[in-house]
Amino acid sequence: MIRAQAVLWTLALAFWTGAFAQEQGPGLDPHGQLQNPVLQHRFERITKELRCLVCQNESIADSNVELASDLRRQVREMLVAGKSDDTIFKFMTDRYGEFVRFAPPLTAKTALIWGAPFFMMLLGGFIIFRVVRQRSRMPLDE
Amino acid sequence: MWKFLLPFAAFVALVVLFAMGLNPNRDIHALPSPLIGKPAPEFTLTDVLDETRVVTNSTLKGQVYVLNVWASWCLPCRQEHEALLAISREKAVPIIGLDYMDDRNKAKMLLEQLGNPYTAVPFDKDGRTAIDWGVYGAPETYLVNAKGQIVFKFISPMTQEIWEKEFLPRIAAARSGA
Repeated sequence: MIRAQAVLWTLALAFWTGAFAQEQGPGLDPHGQLQNPVLQHRFERITKELRCLVCQNESIADSNVELASDLRRQVREMLVAGKSDDTIFKFMTDRYGEFVRFAPPLTAKTALIWGAPFFMMLLGGFIIFRVVRQRSRMPLDE
Repeated sequence: MWKFLLPFAAFVALVVLFAMGLNPNRDIHALPSPLIGKPAPEFTLTDVLDETRVVTNSTLKGQVYVLNVWASWCLPCRQEHEALLAISREKAVPIIGLDYMDDRNKAKMLLEQLGNPYTAVPFDKDGRTAIDWGVYGAPETYLVNAKGQIVFKFISPMTQEIWEKEFLPRIAAARSGA
């Protein structure tokens, strides 16, 4: 039973890695992945975090546009060169603006976006509190 | 009093917000370039028309120039070609034509057949220079001032109207040292 499961998992993994097999280049294995699994993991995370500027709702990890593949190449090269995540994100935002990131960093400019949900929850809670208190003071009648 | 005024004010604010969102003149896909006011990224490439000729923008410092990103595969670029030719005849500023991820022979052929509006045609085969300039789709046209800073970016095919309305006043301003 466990053996059968292991075989299935291996197969699934093989298919899954096969799905990424389109990219080639130096430092890549035959599946188009970086030979260093730590770098590959960072590569996948970073490219999911970056917006493709052509098809603006896709990440550069998902997009097939040429610009996206160029940007993936750029990320890969910077990873291999030992650049930090922050350096890579800065490289991208310097050229394409904050919009290139799906989750913009918390700054004075983006505080409103990040704060709005909490503010609205507080506001809603306050309104409910007021309404409930007002009603509890009302006389009980049918 | 507040009970009525507050929801009403909120309603008006929402209407204004929606009206702004529905404004047909607003392009939701237009992205302001973060490079405006920054030094133009330098490049050293070869010329499409002459592989042995090196084209670099570092020698253009002290000059106002236009950088137009184009490619032979790009249909909207074909659309702006006529306008660029007319603009180049005015000889107002040098127009550098960055050839973006192209085939050298196809680009060469296109310029030979339709005419060449560019003073130099740097060949950016793998699109690295374009990434430095924050290009995400051709055609794009940048204006660089005498200090070597990008002052304006226009995305979409160039027209005579856009040139006169958006570029000429900025070129004049860049020249007068503003």
